[in-house]
Amino acid sequence: MPSRIASLFRNLFRKRTVEQALHDELQSAVQLLTEEKMKEGLSLLEARRQALMELGGVEQVKEEVRAVRAGRLLEEFAKDVRYALRTLARSPGFTAVTVLTLALGIGANTALFSLVNGVLLNPLPYAEPDRLLALYSRTPNYDRSSISYPNFQDWVHQNRSFSALAAYRPNDFNLTGRGEPERVPAEMVSANFFPLLHVQPVLGRTLLPDEDQIGARPVVLIGERLWKRKFGSSKDALGQSLTLDDVAYTIVGVIPAAFHYTGINFRQSDVYTPIGQWNDPTFRDRRASMGTFAVGRLKPGVAFEQAKADLDVLGRHLAGQYPEADKDTGIALVPLKQAVVGDIRPSLLVLMAAVGFVLLIACVNVANLSLARSTRRTHEFAIRTALGANRGRVVRQLLTESFMLALAGGGLGFLVASWGTRAALNVLPEALPRAEEVQLDGRVLLFTLAAAVLAGILFGLAPALKTSRADLHETLKEGGRGLSGARHRAQSVFVVVEVALALVLLAGAGLMVRSLAKLWRTDPGFEPHNVLTFYMSVPSTIDSPQVVRADWRQLHDSLNAVPGVQVASLNAGAVPMANESDLPFWIEGRPRPSTQAEMKLTLFYLVQPDYLNVMRTPLKGGRFFSPHDDEHSPMVVVIDESFARLHFGGQNPIGKHVNFGILNVTAEIVGVVGHVKQFGLDEGPTPGLAAQCYLPIAQLPDRFIPLVARRVGVVARTAGSPLARLGSIRHALGQVNTELVMYEPKAMDGIVADSLAARRFSMVLLGTFAALALVMSCVGIYGVIAYLAGQRTHEIGIRLALGAERWDVLRMVLGEGAKLALLGVAIGVVAAFGLTRLMTNMLFGVSAHDPLSFAGVAGLLILVALAACCIPARRAAKVDPVVALRNE
Amino acid sequence: MGEKRTDLLRGTLDLLVLKALSLEPLHGVGISRRIAQVTQGAFQVSFGSLFPSLHRMEEKGWVEAEWRASENNRRAKYYRLTSSGRAQLKVEERDWNQVVKIMTAAVESA
Repeated sequence: MPSRIASLFRNLFRKRTVEQALHDELQSAVQLLTEEKMKEGLSLLEARRQALMELGGVEQVKEEVRAVRAGRLLEEFAKDVRYALRTLARSPGFTAVTVLTLALGIGANTALFSLVNGVLLNPLPYAEPDRLLALYSRTPNYDRSSISYPNFQDWVHQNRSFSALAAYRPNDFNLTGRGEPERVPAEMVSANFFPLLHVQPVLGRTLLPDEDQIGARPVVLIGERLWKRKFGSSKDALGQSLTLDDVAYTIVGVIPAAFHYTGINFRQSDVYTPIGQWNDPTFRDRRASMGTFAVGRLKPGVAFEQAKADLDVLGRHLAGQYPEADKDTGIALVPLKQAVVGDIRPSLLVLMAAVGFVLLIACVNVANLSLARSTRRTHEFAIRTALGANRGRVVRQLLTESFMLALAGGGLGFLVASWGTRAALNVLPEALPRAEEVQLDGRVLLFTLAAAVLAGILFGLAPALKTSRADLHETLKEGGRGLSGARHRAQSVFVVVEVALALVLLAGAGLMVRSLAKLWRTDPGFEPHNVLTFYMSVPSTIDSPQVVRADWRQLHDSLNAVPGVQVASLNAGAVPMANESDLPFWIEGRPRPSTQAEMKLTLFYLVQPDYLNVMRTPLKGGRFFSPHDDEHSPMVVVIDESFARLHFGGQNPIGKHVNFGILNVTAEIVGVVGHVKQFGLDEGPTPGLAAQCYLPIAQLPDRFIPLVARRVGVVARTAGSPLARLGSIRHALGQVNTELVMYEPKAMDGIVADSLAARRFSMVLLGTFAALALVMSCVGIYGVIAYLAGQRTHEIGIRLALGAERWDVLRMVLGEGAKLALLGVAIGVVAAFGLTRLMTNMLFGVSAHDPLSFAGVAGLLILVALAACCIPARRAAKVDPVVALRNE
Repeated sequence: MGEKRTDLLRGTLDLLVLKALSLEPLHGVGISRRIAQVTQGAFQVSFGSLFPSLHRMEEKGWVEAEWRASENNRRAKYYRLTSSGRAQLKVEERDWNQVVKIMTAAVESA
């Protein structure tokens, strides 16, 4: 074998030497033979003639020898490639259109695959990610609810399945003493949060278990970005103090900027503090959960089901032990990857299928182009076959051309994909979990290559087979005009398939557009236009509740005095489409539930009297708050229609009393307002938590004032663009309190739009794919009709000469196109009928078989296809019979 | 008819060439003459078969070639058996004998 490989190299790379040696050898053989014959008495000339005859021709022997040489196939392949390059270069138009079509098809597929790869296929970027689980409380109201910290501590101590459990919750701080006061995003985490995820600090260490206790000294981990911004990435940062909400924390470590964790209520932060140090009484109340969630790492060898069983037992045990807080409450476990990826999976798969269709259309299109082209080349192939090339050789030649085109398309497609992926992520990054992990890696490259090769086979095979089957004699007799009949049928079938595929995509996109149109028209229950929201906090030590309430009133008055602000209100608790906060309650006069689990839940909005004027939520009965509903007056509450319907049925709720156990207050219902779509525009008619109520922020019990004061929201209705008012608002607030920090400003419009991010993402992509499909299938139908009309120039000439009207010719050609388009649309509608069912959960308020969408896209497709046919039809109608007949 | 015969013998060409080279190195024409001689003229090996066979065996490493002066002082390419060529000759001889034995038995039994 080694000698064989050496020969291969010699044959391929030292061809000249090898050929020369063969030549010399044969010349020497001729010499020897000639001399032999001359010895027998022949003349030199005659001897040489006979020698050559005996040898059988020098060139023929050379060819025989070459045929057995190692690397023969490779050599032929190289020849095919060179030939293909020459041929393709000779028809730059065809080559460009083909490569471009393939690049779009392959590029779109690669881009989407890179999303699927990054989001669904790649493991999470932590060590042994399969053993990571997300943990939740499971309550009668929520499958995946936040966890009360005392419960979490019991889980830690009593479970048998986890090597580590870590809790976390968001808790932003005001950072002072290092430049301008600013609000920094922060998370409270358990000491083992980072070790559990195997995150190594860039500097220093992570938190110690001893530091994760009430009364331990305040320590903090900072993010690499804050480290760079405030400490210039200096190692001296360790041990320095950081003033957060007026408490000095000692920096013990730096968390790498590359660290990402996607979980409910977790954001990559500038600051991480030990969660166990927080001694807030509500946080330590088993009945409250304060937005805490948890992640756990299974012990080696413990299966998911075992852990589930273990935690089920533990949950029941806690429910028995603390019925008041934990009755009917369990523990929910979800593999972390599933928790992170969420419900994007079906949408991505639908999109992947859709983009596969685009590639199919691209292939069919290119197959059609090559078919038309190979028709023109039939003569060339017939001659090559007549000259001794076998059919296999011709097919191989054609396939080589296809692969060259496919590879060029793939290469360009990869560029299209790298651009397309970035564009898709830039347009709607919030729609996709793990977006930061999406990249073009080896697997994506492999996918592109596979797609290109597959495409090459798909579109290359049809013309190759056709050509190889062509009848030599017939072709030569036809004088190179090409074959008719079978070939035309194949092209027509391709067009029909293309149109059908395009219709399926258009139907999908049409349904998405209709869904979104419906959603945009949905009344959210408030008027988001020209509403600004932001948060603010005062870095100074929280004053007495009385002072805080007075501050709030003063802030309200200054905000309402800002020019350009029509009306503004402070708020806390739940925020429509942005933040959920709920409270258990029962209605006075009815039997008091003995446990919290038996109480009903309601979303609660803590607001000022002007809130309703800002949001323009309609008042349905009774009254909203007035400035007199303050800490000195009896507690009042306003409920929404869902609350009234769910808990009072037909009764008039006004005047009834609601008891909020955890707040330890009873409030009188004074009004009813409209329902607000808290969970986004696509909130169904019966969301899990429909009841909503409003409480005056000034009446919040003293104990909760410090909690709320850390993060008070503002909603303001502005004249003109909301974000344009930020400057004057900041100025006005600065005059009230110089240390006040304003953060997270957003236009309410944007928040509403974000609630549709995932759907918009799907719609934009599906729409793009459908547009590509539409264009490609129209190019396809145009090509075929133009080709067919061209083939019939002679016939058309005769018809015109015999007195046919130009209008008849136009109609004839258009009719041909219409026939194909209609057939394709009919097949497409049937196929779409079956396929759109798969996207039911992406739709809203539209049936998967929505007749309007189907009819609309079918009409659009037929129109565009006919328009594409108009060009060749008009050209055909303009045929000059004299010229057409003379050309033959 | 003659063409058909060479077809039949194509499988045995390698064996004949190896055998011819087992005595001494020869050039292409020499091999042809040697085969004609040992088969008493029964086989006229065509050069169109001989040279491809030689080149294939050279690539397989069964024979080695070198240029040297011929008997009448012409430069010619001489082929020589290598050790693996000798081993191959043994294998082909054994195979051939087996074929002969089986075929003889088959023909005589009929």
